[in-house]
Amino acid sequence: MRVALFVACFNDALFPGTGRAVTELLERLGHEVVFNADQTCCGQMHWASGYHREAADLARGVTRVFQGGEVVVTPSASCAATMRESYPRIARTAGDPALAAAVETLAVYELTEFLVDVLGLVDVGAYFPHRVTYHPTCHSLRSLGVGDRPLRLLRAVKGLDLVELPAADECCGFGGAFAMKNADVSVAMVADKVRHIRDTSADVVCAVDNSCLAHIDGALSRLRGGVQVMHLAEILAGTEGP
Amino acid sequence: MTPVPVGMPKFATTARTALADPRLRRDLRNTAGARRERSAQAVAATPDWEELREAGRAIRDRTLLSLDTYLQELERAVTEAGGTVHWARNAARAGRVITGLIGRDAEVITSASPVTREIGLAGALATAGIKASETDLAELIEGFRASHPDAASIRELFQREIPAATAELAEDPAALAEVARTHLRDRFLSADVAVCGADFAIADTGTLVLVEGEGDGRMCLTLPRTLIVVAALDAVVPSWEDMEVFLQLLPRASSGDPMSPSVSTWTGLVPGDGPAEFHLVLVDNGRTTALADEVGRESLRCIRCTACSAVCPVYERTGAGPYGPVLPGPIGAVLTPQLRGVERAFEASLPYASTLCGACADVCPVKIDIPGLLVHLRGQVIESRRRRPVPTPEMMLMRTVAWTMGDRRRYETAMQRTTRGARLLARGGRIKRLPGLLGKWTEARDLPAPPRESFRAWWRKRDGRS
Repeated sequence: MRVALFVACFNDALFPGTGRAVTELLERLGHEVVFNADQTCCGQMHWASGYHREAADLARGVTRVFQGGEVVVTPSASCAATMRESYPRIARTAGDPALAAAVETLAVYELTEFLVDVLGLVDVGAYFPHRVTYHPTCHSLRSLGVGDRPLRLLRAVKGLDLVELPAADECCGFGGAFAMKNADVSVAMVADKVRHIRDTSADVVCAVDNSCLAHIDGALSRLRGGVQVMHLAEILAGTEGP
Repeated sequence: MTPVPVGMPKFATTARTALADPRLRRDLRNTAGARRERSAQAVAATPDWEELREAGRAIRDRTLLSLDTYLQELERAVTEAGGTVHWARNAARAGRVITGLIGRDAEVITSASPVTREIGLAGALATAGIKASETDLAELIEGFRASHPDAASIRELFQREIPAATAELAEDPAALAEVARTHLRDRFLSADVAVCGADFAIADTGTLVLVEGEGDGRMCLTLPRTLIVVAALDAVVPSWEDMEVFLQLLPRASSGDPMSPSVSTWTGLVPGDGPAEFHLVLVDNGRTTALADEVGRESLRCIRCTACSAVCPVYERTGAGPYGPVLPGPIGAVLTPQLRGVERAFEASLPYASTLCGACADVCPVKIDIPGLLVHLRGQVIESRRRRPVPTPEMMLMRTVAWTMGDRRRYETAMQRTTRGARLLARGGRIKRLPGLLGKWTEARDLPAPPRESFRAWWRKRDGRS
């Protein structure tokens, strides 16, 4: 299958390893990955912060990059939720029927949705001999409703010791601009998330969104937590042998 | 306008104080955990919960769309039953109506409810020189709602405020409750006028409904000669048949009980039984403005169950205080700016007091999309800022980012420059301090240094193109 990758702007700049992992994983599974370099930002940050006019401009850009019918896969659950859930609202707020029609044709899948629902896979042939815990990010859990798809994928990884995260479904406190505008509450929240992660004795905490992971990692690193943060795609891309 | 202290500080400012209070943090944590569990059990034990939620949503939406008709029907029914209906455009007007109905020397009791708090009833009575006793125990203990005091501090307070509370009073909840009960009973028996809120008003029969945990409101309804009831415009419910849905939703969502401890319903006056005079004050206070907003009006579905607060990770750490006196929690962060406008700093900060995690929307018994409404209100905040002559630093940054992202070349150039700059700030692959607006992030969190090679650079190289 031909898959158009939406890498997400912050992955492009800050976490290129995630984009590489998605590419390697999908190619290993026998699919063709294309990357349209005209893609930039989905507009999530602007929409969620109240800059709705700017969000509409960015959404228009996305609809020009990804043509109707094309299967778009992204390793960012919050960007997927923005394109699927917020774009119709962005178009309505902007009073732009052309944009509303264009966003209807977008077929965006978060990576684990694509693997489990479209490809019908749970075992992707990955090998990762480490103790891992999984944080279900709010957008993946409550906006997209990915459910246990990431956990099913993780359970099928060879050598992986999956440990349950206490209070897993509680927000890490990132919330985009919230992390700056309400830094104190945000830090109080991530402090508890870090405590729960440390309680699992996991070597690695993974998720399907690098923005939440950057928040968790930022606190873990500052506290010398000794737990590594990884996007799920990077675990699934790992294989046995050299 | 609701009497909120002018220039009340932003959410983040008050939150900082709350976060540093160990007892508040502990109490909030314990309460939230217990409430979540109880509500989840109640919902699990109600097989038609989702149908009930959908019915609740539909009834609220239908009512709001014909609110004028139902309100007129309510006025007719209340009047026919012997009551007098007063209309108050805002909180100040409601205060004047109520104080105007009370004689100078009358002994007054009040029972706090969301709507009486919203209109600032206690302040209005005090300003008019009317001495009133509060019968809601939580309200009686000043600051109880925000500070969650323990038995020791309640005992101390009673000893200061209640003559019958002697030095021998035990630090035991039952003994404390008994002292409060005896104290309040005297107030109920001697009062001339009672002022309380109604949670629902049934349009076709003119019946008012009060749902409560302690039952002090019910004492207001039966004993004093004059009864003044305050209800918000959105308290109206078309019929008894509709009421049944809310009486099932409300207790399960609010406390996890299948039924509220005390549900009082009353219709007008009955000669020789209960009050001899009955007034209903219907308060708008910004609701018709909220109703005119096609997206925002959804918030008026709220039945004040506080289920959203119980699951909110922000509320669990800050408590009610930073949300101001109108209504706490996620729905308060929506309704307060809707009712009071988004021009001032406090109201403008409320829609941002959320990570948009969505836990509230999952539990709301009338399916209010609280995160969606918060984003909608953030849009209103930014639109109001756009009208200012000088843009805020944040607005300049956000516009620049949007302009940069609007074109591939601009984006790639900016990414290269930012990566280079950020790598200069990094030590050992981590950035520990960022300048300007982003400095709030690095107060307590690191950021990884951006790798030299972006994803698109890797892709270009791999693709064999330059």
